[in-house]
Amino acid sequence: MSDSNPEDGSGVDGTVGEPVEADLPEDVETPEVVEPEADDSEIEEAAKSVPRGLPLRVQNLHKEFGGITAVDGASFSVEEGSLTGLIGPNGAGKSTTFNCIAGVHNPTSGHVYFRGEDITDLPPHRVADRGLVRTFQIARELPEMTVLENMMLAPRGQTGEGLAHAVAPGLRSGVVAEEEELRERAWETLEFFEIDHLAGEFAGSLSGGQRKLLEMARVLMTDPEMVLLDEPLAGVNPTLERKLLDRIHDLREDGLTFLLVEHDMDVIMNNCEHIIVMHQGRVLAEGDAEAIRSNDRVIDAYLGENI
Amino acid sequence: MSDDGSDRSPSESSTDSGAPTDGAPGTESADRMDRARGALDGLRDRTATFDALLILGAMIGLYGLFAIIGTVLGYPLNGVVALVREVTFFTAVYALVVLALNLHWGYAGLFNIGVAGFMAVGAYAFGILAGAPTGSPPGLGLPIAVAVPGAMLAAALVGLVAALPALRLKADYLAIVTIAIAEIIRLALASRVLKPVTGGGGGFGNFPKNPVRGIFYAGSGTDRTAVGAAVLDAAEGVGVTNPEVVIDLAYTLLVVGIVALTYVLLVRIGNSPFGRVLKAIREDELVAESLGKDTRVFKIKAFMVGCALMGLAGIAWQVYGLGGGNVNPTNNFLPQLTFYIFIALIIGGAGSNTGSVLGGAMFAGLLFLLPNYVPRVVEQFVTITARPNTFIDAVAPLASLEVMPFLGYALGNIDQLRFVFVGALLVYLVQRRPEGLLGHRKETASTIDLSERGRPGDRRGTERGRPAADGGAGAGGGEPDE
Amino acid sequence: MGVRDGYSRARRALGDRSTALAVAVVGGLLALDLLRRLFTGMVAPGQVATYLWTGLVIGLIYGLAGIGLSLTYSILSFANFAHGDHVTAGAFSGWAVAYAIAGSGAAELGSRLLVQASPGQVGASIVSTPLAILAGLLAAMVLAVALALVMDRLVYKPMRGAEGISLLIASVGVAFALRYLLAFVFGTNSRGVTASVPRYTIGGLVVNAHEITLAATALALMLGVHLLLQRTKLGKAMRAMADNEDLARVTGIPTERVIRWTWIVGGGLAGAAGYLVVLKTGTISYSFGWVLLLLIFAAVILGGIGSVYGAMAGGVIIGLTENVALVWLRGPYSDFTLPVAFGLMILILLVRPSGLFGGVTTA
Repeated sequence: MSDSNPEDGSGVDGTVGEPVEADLPEDVETPEVVEPEADDSEIEEAAKSVPRGLPLRVQNLHKEFGGITAVDGASFSVEEGSLTGLIGPNGAGKSTTFNCIAGVHNPTSGHVYFRGEDITDLPPHRVADRGLVRTFQIARELPEMTVLENMMLAPRGQTGEGLAHAVAPGLRSGVVAEEEELRERAWETLEFFEIDHLAGEFAGSLSGGQRKLLEMARVLMTDPEMVLLDEPLAGVNPTLERKLLDRIHDLREDGLTFLLVEHDMDVIMNNCEHIIVMHQGRVLAEGDAEAIRSNDRVIDAYLGENI
Repeated sequence: MSDDGSDRSPSESSTDSGAPTDGAPGTESADRMDRARGALDGLRDRTATFDALLILGAMIGLYGLFAIIGTVLGYPLNGVVALVREVTFFTAVYALVVLALNLHWGYAGLFNIGVAGFMAVGAYAFGILAGAPTGSPPGLGLPIAVAVPGAMLAAALVGLVAALPALRLKADYLAIVTIAIAEIIRLALASRVLKPVTGGGGGFGNFPKNPVRGIFYAGSGTDRTAVGAAVLDAAEGVGVTNPEVVIDLAYTLLVVGIVALTYVLLVRIGNSPFGRVLKAIREDELVAESLGKDTRVFKIKAFMVGCALMGLAGIAWQVYGLGGGNVNPTNNFLPQLTFYIFIALIIGGAGSNTGSVLGGAMFAGLLFLLPNYVPRVVEQFVTITARPNTFIDAVAPLASLEVMPFLGYALGNIDQLRFVFVGALLVYLVQRRPEGLLGHRKETASTIDLSERGRPGDRRGTERGRPAADGGAGAGGGEPDE
Repeated sequence: MGVRDGYSRARRALGDRSTALAVAVVGGLLALDLLRRLFTGMVAPGQVATYLWTGLVIGLIYGLAGIGLSLTYSILSFANFAHGDHVTAGAFSGWAVAYAIAGSGAAELGSRLLVQASPGQVGASIVSTPLAILAGLLAAMVLAVALALVMDRLVYKPMRGAEGISLLIASVGVAFALRYLLAFVFGTNSRGVTASVPRYTIGGLVVNAHEITLAATALALMLGVHLLLQRTKLGKAMRAMADNEDLARVTGIPTERVIRWTWIVGGGLAGAAGYLVVLKTGTISYSFGWVLLLLIFAAVILGGIGSVYGAMAGGVIIGLTENVALVWLRGPYSDFTLPVAFGLMILILLVRPSGLFGGVTTA
C-alpha cells in the first residue's frame, strides 16, 4: 500500500493529459468510441478553455458471464472535477461496467485507466488504494463497529495499519498523533453530513438514510481522487436525496470527481454536466442533458421503459 | 486542570490549526503523549478499570468457591494452596489460548478450529530446539530463551503455510481445512516415520526441566539456591510445607505474567488501526477491500500472530503445565482441546479480550475443574450407598423411586456428564446469547479514545481528571491496558 | 505492484484447467507406477485387490454417511459437526437391538442392551443370527431418524435461517452432548461386538461375509435414495434445493417438509452407516463416529457439497485412496494414510471447491 501512494501523489497529476493523448489514436480504431465523442464537440470545446484531465478512461470494455455478454465494448472517459452520470435501461451493463472499474469483476477484454495507469485487472483494494473509491448500492456499514470506527477505518495509508506500529512502544507515538488528526477529520466529515450526533453508535443501529450518509462520509475519509457512486439515491426519500445531492455538489465544487451510476433519469439529467448512456453493453450516447434529451437513439432505447 | 493548561499552551495553536506536524519537535511529541493520555481518561479508561475489576471479581469468586471446596474436603493448607494454584493455572492457560483464538475469530472472523495442531507445533518445535542433544529423541540443545521464540516462529510459519491458500475460503471451509491440518499434524507427529525426531506415538519427553525449578534448586539436585531457600523457608513459615506446591505456584505466576503480556499485546493490536481493519474484515470483507485495505495481508498477519501465541501456549500448558514433562499426540493435542477453547471464547464473548480472559476463567474453573471435585464434595453430605457399574443398573431402581443408585452412577461418571452439560451449554449460548458475556460491547478499535471529540480546545474543560503522573516512560506507558 | 498483480493475472489465465490437469497428471503417474509395481512384482495382485475391496467397503460407508452430511450442508446451509455422533448413536441403538434379539438366554438383558455382553456369548453375526442383524439395522435407522428429528426440533429449528457458522457451533454442542450421553449410557470402553464369520479367498483377495453384507446393504440403500430422489416429487424438491443454491435462494428458506425429510434421509443413512461399520470392524466405542467425521467430510467435499451422488462417489474415492495409498505407503509410512486422505480433501477445497464433479452429477 505504502509503495503506491507516492506514485499517486507525485507527478501523475501533472502528466495526466499525456497518456490520454498518446492512447487516442487507438481509440479511433474502434468505431463505437468515435461516434459519441463526435457528438460532444461543444463540450470538449468548452472543456479546453479550462484544461482538465481525464482521470478515468474505459476503453473497449467487454465482460462475459458464461455465454452472456454484459458489457460489449464500452468506451468512455470521465473528466477531472466533473459529476458524470452513467445511465441506461435495465440490463444495459452499467453495474457490470461499474464493477469492472472498481475491480470486483475482471473484464474479459478491454482496459480501464486511472490517472494514466492501467488498473484493469487490479483487485478492489488496489483500485481504491489509488484513490478511486466506490460506494455500494445498498449501503454496507460495518454493523458492529461504531460510526466513528467506520470513519477512521477508511483513510488510506495509515501507518498504524502496520502490525509493528500497532504494537511497538517506540513507533506508537506517531500513530497516536495520526489517529488524533483522523479523529478530527472524521468529526468534521460527520458534521458535514450532519450525522455527528451518531458518532458513538454502532453503525448497525442506524436508519437506512443515515447509513447512506455514513457510506458517503466514509468514502470521503479515504481522501479520494475520484468517487464511484453506485445508485446512491436508490430507495432514498426526497429530503435525503436533496441532502445527498447537495453534498455531492459541494464536494464537486471542491474539485472532487464523481462517476454516478443511476437508474433514475431525472436525477442524472438535473445534476450531471456530462452524461453517458449505456445500452446493450455499449455506450449509446454521451453529452450534456440537452444533447441526451434530444438524442433519438436514447429515446428509442428507453421506449418501453417507464422513465 | 488549569495547571497543565499553561504547560501546553505554546503548542496548542499549532494543533488547533490542524497542522500538528510543525512546531518544536520536542515539546510537540511530549504534548502529543500528554494529550493521548488525556484522551484516554475518557470512556476507555473507565472500561479498563471496569474490566480489571471484572476479572478480579471473577477470580475472587473462583478462589472463594475452591477455598470452600478445599475446606469442605478438609484439605490442609498445602492442599488449599495447591487447589487455588490449579484454578489460577488453568485459568491462565485457557485465557492465553482463548486470547489467541479471539484474535483469529473475534477480530478477523477467521474460523480456525485447528488450535490443537498449532499448539502441538509449538510444543514439539520447542522440544526439538531445546532438548538435550544426548536425550531421546535428541534435541538441538538451544537455550530456552532461544527455543521459545523459535517454537513460536515455527507455529507462525505453519500458520502461514496453512493460511496462504486457505484464508480465501469461506468460513466453514476454513474450519474444515484447519481441523484437517491439525489432524495431519497430530498424526504426523505420532507416526513411526518421524519417531526419531518426535518420539512417535510414545510422545516427546526430552524437554529441558522447568526453568522455574532452577530458581529454587541448583543443578539437577536437591540443593536449594539462595532464593529457593529463602522463598521455601518463608512458605514453610506460613504453613505451606510442600516445596512442590511452591514451585508450581511460582511457575503459575510466570504463566500469569505471560498472559498479562499477551493481553496487553492483543489489546494494543485490537486498539490500533491494524485491529480496526481486522474488525472490518470480520464485519464485511468487501467493504474493507473497497476502502483500499489489502485484506489478505491483514488476515495472514493476524493468523500468524495468533498461531505463534498458540505455539507458546503449547509450551506453557502442555509441556510444563501438565507436569509429566512429556507430550503425546494422542493425549495432549486432540481436536477436543480446540473445542474447549472455542467454548471458552464463546462464553466470554468473541471479539472481547477481557471477555476472552473471563471465558477462560469460567471454562477452566467451572466446567473443567469443578466437576472433578463435585463427587467428593457431594459425598461429604450424602452417603452414597450404591455405585452401580452400568447405566441400566443405575436407572432400573428409579422405577421403585430409588435415587441413590443413579446418583452414585452419575457421580462416578461425572466426566461424561460434564461434557453433556458443556454441549448443551454451547447450544444454549448460540441460541440465546451468541455474544457471550462481553461480546457485543463497544470496544472501539483505535489507538486513542473515540468517545470524546478530543479537539484540544474542547477537551480542556471536560477531561484531565488526573495529572499525567504515570511518568513519561514509553509511548504507551499510560495505557490503561490492565 | 508488479509481482503480485502479474501473479494474479497469470493465475487467472491458467485458471481452473491447470489444476485439473495437474491432478490428472499426478493421478495418471500414480496409476502407471501401480502397473509397474504390479508387473515387476513389487506388489502382489491379490494385495492390490484386497486394498481395492477394503477401500470400496469402507468407502461405501463414507458415502452412505456422507449423503446426510451433504444434504444438511446444502439444504440447511451448515457443516454439521454432530453428524459423526449421529453415526455412533445409530450404531449403539442398532446393536443394542441386535444383541437383545441375538443373545437371548446367553447373557442377561441389561448387558446386552448396553452392548457390553461378550461377543462370544452373544454370537451375533450375519451367518448365525441374520434376523437379529437385520432387525438391528432397522432399529439403527429408525432410532437415528428419531434422534435427528428431535435434535432438529430442539436445536436447529429455533435457529432457522441463522448464519452457517452459528449453526455449525450449535452442531458442535450437539456433538459433545450426544457423544458423552452415549458414553454415559453405554460406557466409555471400546469393545468387540460381532462373532467371527467365514472368509472367502478369491485369488489373493480375502473377503468375509460381513463385508459382503455391508456392501450389499449399502448399495441397496443407495439405490433406495436414488429412487427417492428421482421418482418422488419430494425427492425432486430436495435435489433441486441441494443442487442449486440459486434456486434455494429464490424459493427462500426451504419448506419444513423438505427439511424434515432431509433429516429423515440423512439421519437414517447415518444410523445405517454406523451400524454397518461396526459390523465390518467388529468393534464399537462411543467416539468412533467422531473419528470418522473428517473422512465423511472429505467424501462430501470431494463429491461436491450438495450432490448426493457426489457424496457416494466421493466416499468410495476416499476409501480407495486411503487403502490403495498403502501400495506406496509401506511399513511405517502406512501411518500416513489418513493424512493423505485429509490432504486430498484440503487440495480439493483449495483448487476445486465445487468438488470433483463440479455439482453437475445430480441431474
